[in-house]
Amino acid sequence: MTGKARGRWLVVAIPYLWLLALFLIPFLIVFKISLSQDAIAQPPYTPVFDLAAGWEAFKQSLGELSIDNYGYVLSWDNEFIEAYGSSLWIAGISTVLLLLVGYPIAYAMARAPKSIRPTLLMLVILPFWTSFLIRVYAWIGILSPEGLLNQLLIALGILSPDAPLQILATDTAVYIGIVYSYLPFMILPLYSALEKMDETLLEAAADLGCPPLSAFWKITWPLSLPGVFAGCLLCFIPAVGEFVIPDLLGGSDTLMIGKVLWTEFSVNRSWTVSSAVAVLLLLVLVVPIVFYQNVQQRELEGR
Amino acid sequence: MRKGLSWFNVTSIALGFAFLYIPIILLVVYSFNASRLVTVWAGFSTHWYWQLFQNEQLLDAAWVTLRVAFITASVATVLGTMAAITLTRYGRFNGRMLFSGMIYAPLVMPEVITGLSLLLLFVAVNIDRGFWTITLAHITFTMCFVCVVVQSRLVTFDRSLEEAALDLGCPPLKTFLVVTLPIILPAVISGWMLAFTLSLDDLVIASFTTGPGATTLPMRIYSQVRLGVTPEINAACTLLIAIVTVVVIITSIMTKRQEMERQKAERLAAAG
Repeated sequence: MTGKARGRWLVVAIPYLWLLALFLIPFLIVFKISLSQDAIAQPPYTPVFDLAAGWEAFKQSLGELSIDNYGYVLSWDNEFIEAYGSSLWIAGISTVLLLLVGYPIAYAMARAPKSIRPTLLMLVILPFWTSFLIRVYAWIGILSPEGLLNQLLIALGILSPDAPLQILATDTAVYIGIVYSYLPFMILPLYSALEKMDETLLEAAADLGCPPLSAFWKITWPLSLPGVFAGCLLCFIPAVGEFVIPDLLGGSDTLMIGKVLWTEFSVNRSWTVSSAVAVLLLLVLVVPIVFYQNVQQRELEGR
Repeated sequence: MRKGLSWFNVTSIALGFAFLYIPIILLVVYSFNASRLVTVWAGFSTHWYWQLFQNEQLLDAAWVTLRVAFITASVATVLGTMAAITLTRYGRFNGRMLFSGMIYAPLVMPEVITGLSLLLLFVAVNIDRGFWTITLAHITFTMCFVCVVVQSRLVTFDRSLEEAALDLGCPPLKTFLVVTLPIILPAVISGWMLAFTLSLDDLVIASFTTGPGATTLPMRIYSQVRLGVTPEINAACTLLIAIVTVVVIITSIMTKRQEMERQKAERLAAAG
């Protein structure tokens, strides 16, 4: 190999091997453990593949794998299926809300004078740089029964002091938390799609007598669709597996699969069931993830 | 088409920014509250900041977090830049599909899945969990963010500059260091910062991959938040916000200045 080819090979190989070892192989391990059984041992599952023990032992271990955990997770007696459904529902509603809140902001930013656009953009990104946990935490102080929102409403005479709004520990608080935390992820792709738009198209439509609203639906909206897809996927997929927001803002009846997985892992200490939950969550999300990859590829690799 | 913003545009921006900023501002304001009760204002005080600097556990956690974030950002920037070059410059090669899949998937992968899978890997290879396992986990997911940031700069980059250097016999590594790197440097720096803040911020993946002895600041804050809102946590959060804001503003001024110098040089070159 010449020096040039070797250098090139290294540039590809190092990140490639890193991701294989720390991203892909871990998934295979999760899949294998989802087929194992819990055991009181170190590590807490059986069978454990031991390549040193020889081929026969390996074959025997292979025979001990079973799909029992999937049966357990998919049985109607347990709340897992409900949790998958309600996670998809909460993430879906939140994504629609994000689009409704984010689109007018992104649209206005793209219409703003060129000189102030970078500042507006920085103002959208800045909260994203501050800790996610802090931003969720800030809402606890606002939404709690004796919190600032209730104090404000009572001071304004809208609410009576003995009947404060109960928002914290409900699904509404989870929606607020998700919309708040993910808003920059929705605005940025929308903005970059809207900013690229050729404004002369709208001028032409106006000249030809098209009213602004119908020009919006016929021109602006279709042209912004790549941004809409990217933004929605970027919010929807992580929101389905969200753990911190439902845990801190949601109530005891807020059922989300990320929280269920966490509980199964850290409270019930069942590594095998949590692995099965993770594999099924990945299966649920595989279609949107592949879709998202195609959007990214078109955007970044120009293909 | 009319230029400028309609009242609807202005209202959207104003309401949007109010929504984004009011919670953070309230959090900062109440960190200076004299009262123990977070929601009752009892006068200005820096009491909670002094309290904070005496909280050994919190300071330890902050120190661990900063070290993890620094190592993570530095390694992830190198790996992510390599990955970005691979994806934008090397065309098609065997396994490219898998590679770009592994780059884009972690961007949206729910943290609970990434965290669990890395933990199970660390258990399977029987490595002591703690500081280094958190760092390895953080490098893995942040390098993908660095890659995307650098990639978006490399795509809009004038390749004839690199080609000219290579044609004139400049070795590839030198071409990268002398031609490519200076041009993509702002993107590399923002990639580093993104990795740094993502690592600083992460709770879920760190909780899965940590072991005894390594507690990060988000983990510490989280366990206190679950017990209730306290002004001390507000103070800790305010300090974090202040650090991040200062760093972001400095970098954005630096990149702006660099951009202006570049434009000036281009104008001079065009005039000469």
